[in-house]
Amino acid sequence: MSATADRATPAPTPAPAERSTFQKMLRQKRFVFGGIITLAVALFALFGPLFAPYGENEVVGPPYSSQGVFGTDYLGQDVLSRLMYGGTEVLIIALLATVLSTVFGTLIGVIAAYGGGWWDEVIMRLNDVLLSFPQILLALVVLTSIAQPKAWMLVVLVGLSNAPRTARIARGVALGLVSRDFVHAAEALGEKRSRVIVAEVLPNMNAPLLAEAGLRLTFSIGLVAAIGFLGITTDPSAANWGQMINENRLGLATQAWAVLAPVFVIALFTIGTNLTADGIAQVNQRGGDD
Amino acid sequence: MSVDVAPVEHAFEEVAPPKGRHGAAAWVSWIARRLGLAVLTLWLVSILVFVATTALGDPVRAILGKDYNSDKARVAQLTAQLNLDESLVTRYFHWLGNFLTGDFGTSIANQQPVAGQIGDNVVNTLVLVAISAIVMIPVAFGIAMISTNYRRRRPDTVIQTILLMLAALPEFVVGILLVAIFSTTVFHWLPAVTISGPGQHPWNEPKTMILPVATLVLAVAPYVSRIVRANLLEVLDSDYVELARLKGIPERVVMRKHALLNAIVPGIQVIALQLAWLAGGVVLVEKVFNYPGVGNQLVDSVQNHDVPMVQALTLIIAGVYVVVNLVADLLSILLTPRARTAISS
Repeated sequence: MSATADRATPAPTPAPAERSTFQKMLRQKRFVFGGIITLAVALFALFGPLFAPYGENEVVGPPYSSQGVFGTDYLGQDVLSRLMYGGTEVLIIALLATVLSTVFGTLIGVIAAYGGGWWDEVIMRLNDVLLSFPQILLALVVLTSIAQPKAWMLVVLVGLSNAPRTARIARGVALGLVSRDFVHAAEALGEKRSRVIVAEVLPNMNAPLLAEAGLRLTFSIGLVAAIGFLGITTDPSAANWGQMINENRLGLATQAWAVLAPVFVIALFTIGTNLTADGIAQVNQRGGDD
Repeated sequence: MSVDVAPVEHAFEEVAPPKGRHGAAAWVSWIARRLGLAVLTLWLVSILVFVATTALGDPVRAILGKDYNSDKARVAQLTAQLNLDESLVTRYFHWLGNFLTGDFGTSIANQQPVAGQIGDNVVNTLVLVAISAIVMIPVAFGIAMISTNYRRRRPDTVIQTILLMLAALPEFVVGILLVAIFSTTVFHWLPAVTISGPGQHPWNEPKTMILPVATLVLAVAPYVSRIVRANLLEVLDSDYVELARLKGIPERVVMRKHALLNAIVPGIQVIALQLAWLAGGVVLVEKVFNYPGVGNQLVDSVQNHDVPMVQALTLIIAGVYVVVNLVADLLSILLTPRARTAISS
């Protein structure tokens, strides 16, 4: 539909691509709405610790009492304060994991697409093996033989379990680019292959990769929270949204907020990032049909 | 679309038919190739599982925790049980050999053979996933059809936005929200956890199945629905559907007879992928409801650092994943006339 419209009116304004893309995004309701939610939750997670009324491990009353905004948790700690402390780790691990998976996955995908033939076959076959593994399993098998994971391990695990998915997308996007004239031109000029990838192929993949990264961020937040929910943690006493759900689950009937507060924040965060990612994806498709 | 559509393209590459052969021989070679790839995948997965569980960290240290430095006898015993004094390669082939002959090793948590403790849980999980799939498929297709019916108008946009939001939610978040709504906080209609005695299956008490199934459906249906809708839209915009409309066939019949069937095939791939995904998603959902399945057992085993148990369970889950994908490939070939004739002619 939109394709025919484009053909009918060949856009005569070669506006700077970067700016117009962003402007188009700003006109997307989903992008704006999702972006605002994401930003709000991220700010809450980052600056929460500065404004928390009580300390992270400060006992303020009896367990599961209704003292304070969200009451107290299984140890009598203030739920609101722990909520404000508990986002930083989730946010930072999920963000770093997304960066890792985007960089790593893009490299793999582009090398496969640009290398072609045998390279492509082998890399993508190995990629499929990793894809045949549900993400949470990949994290769990590694965590089996680790007594107490460090934060960087979670970053690497979540990042690497996302990377094959990004690689698949990146390969698809890159396949459409590597046979284009400007790549052939660069090759004909005798550019090194690594230089062609970095200078010619990658810059043209920004938009789809951004959408993919947004999607990966959604899944990373979910995965990091899930790992905490399963009781696997870098520091048992520290506040962490996923872990808060786990520790307070038995009190769900008596003091629901101790569980529901972190559940709602995680839900808001993932909804925000997913809407943002979808907004970007729709702008990329140019149509914005739905 | 921000749903995870990528593997679908891949599935279609996979079904690219062999060229230059005829009839049955072509089918046999295609199936053999797919089976070979499945076995290869499982083999690589087994390496991955083995290395990840025994070589990346120190299982003995993880199992013993603080006792590691004081209890030398136990360290030696565990090292022997896990054969850790041998080289990684020797250990791997030893383990693989045992695994292929049905010897899954001995659980470290309770020193019982792993094989005997898994069977019931596998059945429980398969039943949970099967029921979820049976509920999910009509729901997802129904929503997609309603949405397509109102395409590019307000109800469609609203449905799509809701689906997008649901798709974003981690499955354990959905599970806990459902528990809060239906069993503990708002209403008190349904049990919050699955309670079933030893030797009993959870579906003996059907009420306990409702929330786990609902959670899995809510986790998966949005993806399937969005992809089916996208396929439906593509089909509805195609020339032959336009022709059907021009012939004066009512829109509902066009939808049912002309569009739906052609949108189902890509749907199968997505359903298969999502079913396979359920194999992983079920881990968290089972944990939320304490459902006696492989996922719950896997999490417990990971927390106990029970290496042989984790190895067996992850390989079983990965096996299910691979088999489901294989079946989906086969089904989509059989249901696509174009692909069918391409293979056999």
